[in-house]
Amino acid sequence: MTAIPEDADTTREAATREQQVLERIDRVRRRKARLREDHITLCHGAGGKASQTLIDAVFLDAFHNPHLDPLGDGAVVGDHAFTTDSYVVTPLFFPGGDIGDLAVNGTVNDLAMCGARPRHLSAGFILEEGFPIADLRRITASMAAAAHAADVQIITGDTKVVQRGKADGCYITTAGLGVFDHPVRPSAVAARPGDALIVSGPIGDHGITVMLARGELDIHADITSDTAPLAALTAALIDTCGTHLHTLRDATRGGVATVLNEICVAAGVAAVIDEDAVPVRPAVRGACELLGIDPLYVACEGRMVIAVAPDAAQAALAALHAHPLGHGAAVIGHLTEDPPGLVLLRTAFGGTRIADLLVGDPLPRIC
Amino acid sequence: MRFVDEYRDSDKARALAGRIAALCEPGRTYKFMEVCGGHTHTIYKHGLEDYLPEAITLIHGPGCPVCVIPMGRVDDAIHLAGQPDVIMTSFGDMMRVPGGDGSFFDANAKGADIRMVYSPLDALRIARDNPAKHVIFMAIGFETTVPSTAMTALRARTEGIGNFSVFCNHVTIIPAIKAILDSPDLRLDGFIGPGHVSSVIGCAPYEFIARDYGKPLVVAGFEPLDILQSIYMILRQLAENRSEVENQYARVVPWEGNLKALDVINEVMEPRAYFEWRGLGFISHSALRMKNTYADLDAEHLFQVPGGRVADPKACQCGEVLKGVLKPWECKVFGTACTPETPIGTCMVSSEGACAAYYNFGRFTRSRVKEATVRHSTAQGVQP
Repeated sequence: MTAIPEDADTTREAATREQQVLERIDRVRRRKARLREDHITLCHGAGGKASQTLIDAVFLDAFHNPHLDPLGDGAVVGDHAFTTDSYVVTPLFFPGGDIGDLAVNGTVNDLAMCGARPRHLSAGFILEEGFPIADLRRITASMAAAAHAADVQIITGDTKVVQRGKADGCYITTAGLGVFDHPVRPSAVAARPGDALIVSGPIGDHGITVMLARGELDIHADITSDTAPLAALTAALIDTCGTHLHTLRDATRGGVATVLNEICVAAGVAAVIDEDAVPVRPAVRGACELLGIDPLYVACEGRMVIAVAPDAAQAALAALHAHPLGHGAAVIGHLTEDPPGLVLLRTAFGGTRIADLLVGDPLPRIC
Repeated sequence: MRFVDEYRDSDKARALAGRIAALCEPGRTYKFMEVCGGHTHTIYKHGLEDYLPEAITLIHGPGCPVCVIPMGRVDDAIHLAGQPDVIMTSFGDMMRVPGGDGSFFDANAKGADIRMVYSPLDALRIARDNPAKHVIFMAIGFETTVPSTAMTALRARTEGIGNFSVFCNHVTIIPAIKAILDSPDLRLDGFIGPGHVSSVIGCAPYEFIARDYGKPLVVAGFEPLDILQSIYMILRQLAENRSEVENQYARVVPWEGNLKALDVINEVMEPRAYFEWRGLGFISHSALRMKNTYADLDAEHLFQVPGGRVADPKACQCGEVLKGVLKPWECKVFGTACTPETPIGTCMVSSEGACAAYYNFGRFTRSRVKEATVRHSTAQGVQP
């Protein structure tokens, strides 16, 4: 008779208990989150779990309707897509762009992610008393150039000035209207097991650029923001893949990992990502290593995550590579059925782990 | 990337894993504690446990600087931040730690001015920029971060900056390890020793662990291959019936430590008689305070600090987790009442905390993750 290791039974028991605990946690996570805070904290604006809870508990609760409830990048109404976004970046000017580029490109991209062709924008400005007109001209020049590049017109707007100290220089809100001239309606719920997951280029450039531009870290790197309009890329993808194109999401706040989590929860699928396959520039990776931040959670302003039927993946990739903004596109993984709602990562080291939603902004580690 | 990729090479990892498995005695199980939260983070972030045989269990130790701060000290900091014309500063990890009445984020939402800094020198800069305010730096961390706090105090004195002080919560690792070794409910076979702490204190202070308790300790670096190699070194000691202090992280850690840094610490700070650790209770000589000669830079001397003791929430089992008696998921509230968005205990806050690391990275049985990823690799035609 072979000797049975004395701990074998307890190891098995522990594994069963662990399984039970994890199932219980999964049930808890599926429950609607409760908003516990009495005041808004910065976490509510970071795009992670706290933001989702706030949106669910306050905004959806008050406004809910069939157009809003899917919480896509924009609402689809008949042949039109409609969206809005506010911009509050610090500093206002950073390498590769400024708040003006962001305000146009961000809203253009939200429309593009619905599969629509962006046409018209509105722009609302909240300006702080004392804000230099020269800076405002610089911002509006960027907006005009970005609108021209994205082939949209800014056709209506609004200006408010508040007392010194009541705002941080300049805030911009844009809304955008786009049209559909095809039947493709990509959305998070349309993602399917088996789909290939593609990112359209190296990730994290924007977030790290802005973090370094704040000058608090004393790290200098040759990185510029990736802010760019993605409508030409999405149009090419729609032309190439048609209805095989299932999901488009721009990886803004919370980065690629957050978008993947949203897709997995919405579609009830799992994502399996190869960390090695995710394109990250060396300078971004270096800064992330120094700060203890995972590039998967760093914001981009000109990159998107694409879920496409496996047969169309190579064609999609070729279409992306043909465009300067999609030059660095890469397949980073696939969707699968089980375990629904989770993003799994095969680490470059050869291990496995999950990549969950963050609670707030990624914070640099202490040591 | 140089100095990173060579320590994350999966071929080398596979080779080491083979040697680790070969050293495990059939039928025997091993429990190793990684003392440092940085190691816990590395283990989960890279999925390192996938390389270990089932016979080896890693126990997450108390070396997470944020995790060991008791709730009372968070309340004290919020109280200090509430004094007129005070700006409180601390590391980002502290911002979400719950005190008896909310976290720093909550305090800010109610009007306090608590700012996140990346180094104590940033706090000093804020003091320089705001001469009408008093800036307090809430110093936390093990010996790793003590020298930078001490240097900042020296700099403040040299520059004659009078509106800056330190709220000192620095703790020391050796008394905590001793408390764990003396704890009756834990059986450990060896220690993965802290790397950055040792770059300051050196390796000699651990010798009592090998000598008096007969446990091997290997000071380890923070890349995944460092940790695998340390596990191999501990197993080799056990196989050869040795218990010694060995240094795997010699590229950073000199055996005698950083004497200059130790001098600076001794100039500015001295051991406290005792200090409360979250979950572990009061441990004597386990923390540092500003010396009387630096009272003008000591927030505890300049201000009234309530010093109230807040009992940990009943349901919270952080102490058991910090001692390694419980695995994170074995805590009653893990993942249900206590999650990263609504942490009850500190272990769920910091990315170095065992519970947060397990929740964010590991919250899924390894077998199922492996199954899914292997399926995916096969579909791709890639050898897993």
